[in-house]
Amino acid sequence: MSDTEIDLRHGSDFAPGDQQTDGHEIAEGIRSYLIGLGLATLITVVAFYISGTSLVWQPSIPIALIVLAIAQMGVHIVFFLHITTGPESYNNVLALAFGVLIVFLLVVGSLWIMTHLNHNMMPMERIMQMQR
Amino acid sequence: MSIAQETMARDDPYRISLGGRYMGLPGAVLAERSLASKRVISAYGFWIFLLSDIIMFSAFFAAYAVLSGETAGGPSGKQLFNLTSVALQTGCLLLSSFACGVASIGARARENFMYYVGMTATALLGAAFLFLELRDFTSMIAQGAGPTRSAFLSSFFALVGCHGLHVTLGLLWLLTMMAQVFAKGYRADIMRRLLCFALFWHTLDIIWVGIFTVVYLMGVAV
Repeated sequence: MSDTEIDLRHGSDFAPGDQQTDGHEIAEGIRSYLIGLGLATLITVVAFYISGTSLVWQPSIPIALIVLAIAQMGVHIVFFLHITTGPESYNNVLALAFGVLIVFLLVVGSLWIMTHLNHNMMPMERIMQMQR
Repeated sequence: MSIAQETMARDDPYRISLGGRYMGLPGAVLAERSLASKRVISAYGFWIFLLSDIIMFSAFFAAYAVLSGETAGGPSGKQLFNLTSVALQTGCLLLSSFACGVASIGARARENFMYYVGMTATALLGAAFLFLELRDFTSMIAQGAGPTRSAFLSSFFALVGCHGLHVTLGLLWLLTMMAQVFAKGYRADIMRRLLCFALFWHTLDIIWVGIFTVVYLMGVAV
């Protein structure tokens, strides 16, 4: 294979979701999905187990669950959606990063504002009394 | 020649998909590298749509997170949620995501049997998921815990119901894709739709990971 051909292959963009395999398409493809399935199952089982256990310090459970969920989303993105860190996938990763930023701002911002609002607001019974 | 190269030779005979990154190359080569292939463009556009869909879901998640404590004297998540059913739903959706991946590999390798079996398994597991979810919904509503009971339940039904609606539409799309491949074969445009469908289905599973963690597991643990 000449240099130009190698350049051609490395210069192309990947479509999100397109699996990149060289030869042995079926076996290699299924292997990747099986790894993803195994990891996702493992994380899910741990998450379900942790949510009901009394073995760990209780306040740590929600944080552990969120960490596990983010890990599982990562497994899905890599093994099912095939979003990789290679230069061909640059546009896909950039779009994903922007999406994650907006999601983070939306969720954390809402929670932040609403807890402060709840904290600063008069209790509901007082408001009801004033309206009478 | 690998399947990826074969697909490229057919979809993009002049190799115009190969970007404008090689500025030192001769003009004739550069001219051929100015556009991405249709497959890359449609999948990228669909990826942008999916990210905006995820952002829409994040608004529902934020509403749920804010309102999850506002039960207005009604039942809380801890009393209502049936974790066995949630675990089954999770299993169904995860396996159906896997089956969808197998179907995509089958379509790319032009293996009819693999494609149809994969798609049928995806459809059956997706339908099983929907059945279990609807059974939970109806039993909650029968207990008087419908979406009108409290702010917590309104946001619960909005978030989980919206995901269920996506799965329902995904199932319709799945059946359409099976019919299209059956009627038209593995044409380039059908393969593009199939790629978009697979992206959609895997994304629904990612959103479900958020739902079973934030809504069900944290609702029961806290």
